[in-house]
Amino acid sequence: MEKLLTIIFSTDFFYSILRVTTPILFASMGAVVANLSGTPNIALEGIMLIAAFVGMYVSYLSASAWIGLVAAIGAGMLAAGILAFFTLYYRTNVILGGIAINSLASGGTIFFLYLIAGDKGTSVSLNSKVLPQINIPLIQDIPILGDIVSGHNFLTYLSIISVFTVYYMIKRTPLGLRMRAVGEQQAAAESVGINVIKIKVIALLISGALAGLGGAFMSMGYVSWFSRDMVSGRGWIAIAAEAMGRTTAIGTAVTSVLFGVADAFSNTVSVLGWPADLVGTIPYCVTLIGLFIFSLREYRKRQ
Amino acid sequence: MSREKSFNILRTVVAMIIATLVAFTIILLVSENPLESIKTFIIGPFTSLRYLGNIVEVAIPLTFSGLAMAVLFQTSLFNLGAEGIFFLSGALGALVSIWVPLPGFIHPLFAILVGGTAGAAVMLIPGILKAKFGASELVTSLMLNNILLGVGCYILNNVMRDPNVSSLVSFKFAETALLAKLITGTKVHTGLLIAIGTVIVVYIFLYKSKWGYELRMTGINKEFAEFSGINIVKVIILAHIVAGFLSGMGGVIENLGMHKRFEWTALPGYGFDGAMIAMLAGNNPIGVVGAALFVAYLRIGADLVNRFSDIPTEMISILQCVIILLISAERFLHKYKQKWIEKEAK
Repeated sequence: MEKLLTIIFSTDFFYSILRVTTPILFASMGAVVANLSGTPNIALEGIMLIAAFVGMYVSYLSASAWIGLVAAIGAGMLAAGILAFFTLYYRTNVILGGIAINSLASGGTIFFLYLIAGDKGTSVSLNSKVLPQINIPLIQDIPILGDIVSGHNFLTYLSIISVFTVYYMIKRTPLGLRMRAVGEQQAAAESVGINVIKIKVIALLISGALAGLGGAFMSMGYVSWFSRDMVSGRGWIAIAAEAMGRTTAIGTAVTSVLFGVADAFSNTVSVLGWPADLVGTIPYCVTLIGLFIFSLREYRKRQ
Repeated sequence: MSREKSFNILRTVVAMIIATLVAFTIILLVSENPLESIKTFIIGPFTSLRYLGNIVEVAIPLTFSGLAMAVLFQTSLFNLGAEGIFFLSGALGALVSIWVPLPGFIHPLFAILVGGTAGAAVMLIPGILKAKFGASELVTSLMLNNILLGVGCYILNNVMRDPNVSSLVSFKFAETALLAKLITGTKVHTGLLIAIGTVIVVYIFLYKSKWGYELRMTGINKEFAEFSGINIVKVIILAHIVAGFLSGMGGVIENLGMHKRFEWTALPGYGFDGAMIAMLAGNNPIGVVGAALFVAYLRIGADLVNRFSDIPTEMISILQCVIILLISAERFLHKYKQKWIEKEAK
């Protein structure tokens, strides 16, 4: 127990929370934007994986992490665009569309990884780039706080900014208002002249871009290579966070951080010989219980 | 057959052809020897008894997940929990196969029963939450998948891991628990017979029983079904239990038929495959068999191409993406649908 406490109350642990939360935060914001406009995006997991792959490969080709980042965002938007095209134009069921994109991602990335790197496991043989870490002036010199808050990857800071951007967009911009209207009462939104399809496409594209950022972090920040299935469930955690956060930016961000804590915790306790497999299920169990409580409350209200 | 129905079949065939053409395109772009590769992809699976056997072997678990998803889709339920149940039930079936001493024949049946019951019990969670409180079965089942994965991995790591083997696998299943091989020269096992029997039972359940009727009516129009006196809560929970049992059976049968130890360390993907199979089959249990065989054929074809030439097997997931997107696309070919249906009217 004492050993556990020393691990938890170390600056390393707090630093790692911010690190592991980054991809979850991006993807969960993507989930918020998509769900807000009434199209649940279960392809987040796959989109992140595709973006992680494309980011790695383009940064290798161009020898620039920034070009890789742009390509990763583009790839995320492209995958989300394919989903949008099929669900909104061809009326593919959005859940089945999500399954399709996830299938494409999990096998497709391995397929192309083999073609470019001759390896079905990782891309370590390719010299791909990593986005820079940023030391915040002044704050980095503060003991403890500096060690925790400073020196993170560029994308970690961007993920925090993205929360406020999404919050602002939802609450204060006409686009956000329209998204909410479309998600809540599509027919009503249509009747006042909102182009429902357009709003949904925009929402899915934003969601794809955010998931793309999360994917980019995986292969160009969290580690410096791509490996198969490296997103390993973070897209699903993001959906859990969104469900717990009731599709609000701040609520979802808070749950994302809690899930990040659980993630960092499960990484840590496995060192102590605790069952990491079970600790890893905590976010999902919490969400399940949360959903139960929420729906129970809704049910009582209706009675 | 109505014009609408025949159009749907036509559309499915067109989607399958497009997927195959996508495969050709990939092969042409990637392969050093494209013609040979395409030949292997198309004809390869039929060239030996062993490959034909492979198709059947792969189709068996796909049939179970396809049936489970068909039952759910017929009730208009979007529950993807089959994925996690395959894994957990497989692990529980493995426990029974390793440690419960039973004579042959009864042993695998008991393991399958345990797996199926566990699957049904797990599905009660999203089922009751949906039926009673209206919680989205999609989100709850996605959460469950990851919980079941964690629990299954825990069982594998801490309870049944064989320490004498370097890779992460369980102890050997007892000989009595293994499903016997049906055809020499292949690995086709008695799970095939169980699968065929299950298809017939599910068909009768869906189309010839009162429960199945209620279930389908709820799927077509929930409000109307409720209005005409169908107990929706019961129907939704029933659909979940049946789907859970079917997925659980599939998980155990795949393990006892194809493996000697429990070897899964990640979700095996059968749940999501099941959604594709059910869709290809138009949610019809008999159609599920054809769809499972078709997908298995594509996989074996891709596998052979991988073995004899230079194209990674994962090509298959690109094809699956195309198949799912096109077949579930209501408006795919919709311009022709009108003409097709009008033709009959003339």
